[in-house]
Amino acid sequence: MKRSLVVLALLIVYPLAMQAIDHLFYVSFASRLLIYAIAATSLNLVLGYGGMISFGHAAFVGAGAYVASIALAEGVTSAWIGWPAAILASALLAWVIGAISLRTRGVYFIMITLAFAQMMFYLVNSMKAYGGDEGLTLPQRATLGFGLDLANEVVFYYVVLALLVAILYCLHRLVHSRFGRVMVAIRENEARVEAIGLPVYRYQLACFVIAGAAGGLAGALLASHGKYVNPNVLHWVQSGTLMIMVILGGVGHLWGGVIGAVALLTLEHAIADYPVPWLTQLAPNYQQHANLGVGLVLLLIVLFAPQGIAGLLSRKRHARA
Amino acid sequence: MLELKQVSKRFGGVVATDNVTLDVAQGEVHALIGPNGAGKTTLISQISGSLDVDSGEITFQGSPITRAKQYERVKAGLARSYQITSIFKRFSVLDNLALAVQARSGSSFSFWRPVASEAALFEEARVLAGEVGLSEKLHSLAATLAHGEQRALEVGLALATRPKLVLLDEPMAGMGPEESARMIELIGKVRAKLTVLLVEHDMDAVFRLADRITVLVNGRVIATGTPGKIRADAEVRRAYLGDEVAAA
Repeated sequence: MKRSLVVLALLIVYPLAMQAIDHLFYVSFASRLLIYAIAATSLNLVLGYGGMISFGHAAFVGAGAYVASIALAEGVTSAWIGWPAAILASALLAWVIGAISLRTRGVYFIMITLAFAQMMFYLVNSMKAYGGDEGLTLPQRATLGFGLDLANEVVFYYVVLALLVAILYCLHRLVHSRFGRVMVAIRENEARVEAIGLPVYRYQLACFVIAGAAGGLAGALLASHGKYVNPNVLHWVQSGTLMIMVILGGVGHLWGGVIGAVALLTLEHAIADYPVPWLTQLAPNYQQHANLGVGLVLLLIVLFAPQGIAGLLSRKRHARA
Repeated sequence: MLELKQVSKRFGGVVATDNVTLDVAQGEVHALIGPNGAGKTTLISQISGSLDVDSGEITFQGSPITRAKQYERVKAGLARSYQITSIFKRFSVLDNLALAVQARSGSSFSFWRPVASEAALFEEARVLAGEVGLSEKLHSLAATLAHGEQRALEVGLALATRPKLVLLDEPMAGMGPEESARMIELIGKVRAKLTVLLVEHDMDAVFRLADRITVLVNGRVIATGTPGKIRADAEVRRAYLGDEVAAA
């Protein structure tokens, strides 16, 4: 708890510091990190707490992004309409996809969620009215009213941060609620949950829908942030990236999604923007292959810290205590 | 209380249960015995609802439950324990039992209020832990319990659902004599409150506890009756009990 507050304080001060040294780009970059943190956290609910290996989470982020974008493109600029619409659409989509996918288990579940997400990918690819495969450039970010100008990078950052904090708090409550106990129990021993009289399928579906809804919000934020959306937001690579974030950060840890998103995107950025001289001499093009470095880190994490970075941090704390 | 009419299950070419007809009367301890592979666990799974019935009918307290889902049967008062221990290993004993109590009392579609604040759940879980002899282990992770204690928790999870009829699938599996004696004592206690269908290989326990015994061989019921009658049954002796029990 104390550490969470310290992190929160740093996150609050961060844009002011960047503003002071005139590095607004890094505020925008941080907003992107936090949006991905929301997306990864929503996947962590399904993957980490629910034990459902969904390989199609990009479908919900993407659906949210497209619904919010289409609203903006059609002149509905209010975030109070566009964002809830995105959340609702993603929740509905999660309900449909979940209702079908959750009848399967194991590899079949992974494949069917992947298949649904890819279907969504091809669907938006063919939506010529909204840019098709070229994507959709938006005239502006959504508007929030109350004197909060989302076009301002610092304001946008704080709005995203507030939403992330709200989502983390909700997740924290959820995990410790009756529902959360049931979800963790299903992950531990599904057959026994059914045998003590709980309909596993309904709980999993509810969890899937909640996660889909939160993913939709991340999508809506992503669209506003870049004032642009394209079908790649739904591509399976995106689902994989979110999965990597969760694994990197810590499967089933409250902070797993946040840590993973920040770590992965920062790592990618660092590899691409800060050349290491001796590596450049050795392999001149290495910066174009940032994924190689990411892959290496992921490999190390999976092999030596299966609980992710969050697991490493809490282990250290236990050792100290 | 529980009636099975011609219940069958085939796995490919293998007939696991073959036209099993069986009735368990209210308040009795009904033992189901038979050699390994006789189809006892298959039958328990069919009664509890985790395995479909290919043909035949199951009635519980007068209502047909042949197609009912497992959780619906549990709600109706039909719970099971497992031969192969199936508990929540990374939960404490108290959390295991509290979850089972939670499953029975009130909706679990509650997303906000912390479970930890629901004192009633944990109070009842404590009482249950006491009943199955785990009072000293409330805060131990289930994974760290000794085998016999895990078996006790296994039965405790089934009892926590407050069943009217409990299906106990080899509760004494892998237990030493001392642990078995404790389990026999536990079953002796719960029989006052509920009906028991007991699958067990420990013949000593079976003959001490059972009001009636059904013998299953190759998926078929070859005999049902009082312990005395079963002991005397020539076919049962030939098929299963052998000389050991006959001599006893």
